[in-house]
Amino acid sequence: MATTTASGSLRTYLVTRLVLVIPMVWVLITLVFFVMRVIGDPISAALGGRLPPDQIAIRKHNAGLDRPILSQYWDYLTGVVHGDFGTALTDNQRISHVLWVKGAATLELSFWALLVALIIGIPLGRLAARYRDRLPDVGLRLFAVLAYAMPVFFLGLLLKLLFAIKLGWLPASGRASTNVELAIQNVSPKTNIYIIDAILYGDTSYVVDVLKHAVLPAVALGLLVGGGFLRLVRVNLLQTLRADYVEAARARGVPERRVVRAHAFRNALIPVVTVMGLQIAALLGGAVLTEETFEWQGIGYTLAQYLVARDFIAVQGIVTAIAVIVAIFSFLIDVVAAVVDPRVRY
Amino acid sequence: MTASLPEVEQTEVELESRPTRIPGLAALRATSGFQRGMLVAGALIMLFFVVLAVFAPAIAPYGFDADSAKGINFQTLQAPSAKHWFGTTVGGEDVLSRVVFGSRTALEVIVLAVLFSIVVGVPAGLISGYRGGWLDRVLVLVTDALFAFPPLLLAIIIDITIAGGSSSASGGILAAAIAITVVYVPQYFRVVRNATVAAREEPYVEAARALGAPPRTVMIRYIFGNVVQTVPVIATLNAGDAILTLAGLGFLGFGIEPSSAAEWGYDLNKALSDTAAGIWWTGTFPGIAIALIVVGVTLVGESLNDVLNPLLRTTKLTPVVLPPREDES
Repeated sequence: MATTTASGSLRTYLVTRLVLVIPMVWVLITLVFFVMRVIGDPISAALGGRLPPDQIAIRKHNAGLDRPILSQYWDYLTGVVHGDFGTALTDNQRISHVLWVKGAATLELSFWALLVALIIGIPLGRLAARYRDRLPDVGLRLFAVLAYAMPVFFLGLLLKLLFAIKLGWLPASGRASTNVELAIQNVSPKTNIYIIDAILYGDTSYVVDVLKHAVLPAVALGLLVGGGFLRLVRVNLLQTLRADYVEAARARGVPERRVVRAHAFRNALIPVVTVMGLQIAALLGGAVLTEETFEWQGIGYTLAQYLVARDFIAVQGIVTAIAVIVAIFSFLIDVVAAVVDPRVRY
Repeated sequence: MTASLPEVEQTEVELESRPTRIPGLAALRATSGFQRGMLVAGALIMLFFVVLAVFAPAIAPYGFDADSAKGINFQTLQAPSAKHWFGTTVGGEDVLSRVVFGSRTALEVIVLAVLFSIVVGVPAGLISGYRGGWLDRVLVLVTDALFAFPPLLLAIIIDITIAGGSSSASGGILAAAIAITVVYVPQYFRVVRNATVAAREEPYVEAARALGAPPRTVMIRYIFGNVVQTVPVIATLNAGDAILTLAGLGFLGFGIEPSSAAEWGYDLNKALSDTAAGIWWTGTFPGIAIALIVVGVTLVGESLNDVLNPLLRTTKLTPVVLPPREDES
């Protein structure tokens, strides 16, 4: 980016990419809205049978559900633009508030899981590529297949059985012990990210408690995503190792270890960054199941509860919000990829 | 390599032989060593589950929702024993029977979903890619949007819509299959569409057009055969994903009503509350079933991908049989 034309093309790329994100998000919101309306009105779905028909009619009127669908759609759309995802029917919580509070928990889980995934995926992928078709590669590829094939909730269940129930080393569920959870509620700049709250509270045993609770969910989700990273790094490194400049390095007599480390590895990671954008969707999808398994009270756990309660307004709001989050994250990752790799900018 | 090779017949140059009509066979021939082992192992696992699904009533010792046999109620939460190999659930059902019948549910949903995806995705991709224009732009935008969505959440939304919010017994399998179709159809669409866009400019297509072939004929007779080759790979790779999505749906309490069919994901959800008491058999066996079937499907899909995807293909060297040395004979 030494010259002005290079930074100019980067700017063009970013603007183009941003312009593409907006219709995509719009299509998603529209799809979710109309698909969810096909089943009829959400109030009857949630409260039908529990309230007399006239009560339901009043509620429908109050919620504006007796108005024409297009005007409801317009209201919903303008609401989303302003960060308003509606109000849950069953507990009258504002969805934006729910997202704010529970989102911190999901963010925390995703962070730990991503950490586990990176620690597992990148070095092991490099190892597999280095020893292609030999024992480490065969073993690691089978491991990657297994990590992918294992449903995250089954892995979670096994981890719980072994490490929480049988061995008793780690807690089976939740984000912290009850006393810790109560104590850190009163931390003054409350982030809802428990590890930060615990550090702010300043009690080491509380920090340890929070970390202990995070281990099993993070490993379960991290293995799932890490298996994907492993395969990505492996395939990309293999392709890079076949490139002419790598061959040239070998011809100059550079030892294979150094070829992998100094010449091929970094370049092989660039496409991985790009594809990581797609992994965000997998990570969030997996987080829903992981949270349900470990009673980790994040967005996914909350979503599952609203699903059981048939509160489709809440479901619609949360799903829309997740879609927006995924779109934003994949945009950000594309930006990173464009900055790292000039070839991405068309 | 210019050494004299007296017996050319002995060298196996199977890669250059005409592709067989049976795709699996051609793939098997193109593989070797570890790759072939993976393909065969995957195929065997898949075969095992197909047999399990087809003959489920004969294989399973009891019905999937039976909590008694010969008028005697099963004891609940029994550890695995000679009578119940995989133990019993909190409702007194035989875990082995539920696992066996679960393969039937999984197979039904997956076969339907793959079928729907091909029937919808391939023609849509062909038409969109060949015609281009606004239809193409809109379809690409919609599939892009669907693509960016977490699959499980999309499946939940579609399942809610189809099952009407209250999962009916009859429509459960169909609803789940359609939900999974919506999730995975963009991938079929994109691959076929991109291949079509590339093929549209090929000389043979232009020749067909010049001869006056209508678009319909060009698409069906000329382009179709050249763009569907990757579909089996996508289908197998997606089938694994689809099984996991189905299990995820069941785990979150959606998908198939427990009284109408056995579903592994649902059983795992029920098993979650058993774990606190150290009861491992209600969750472990359905979980192993899911993992095993997905491993099988993935092994087949990955092997096919490695063989058919030229970017990943390792060149298989033709074994050269050198003539015996003079002094040895």
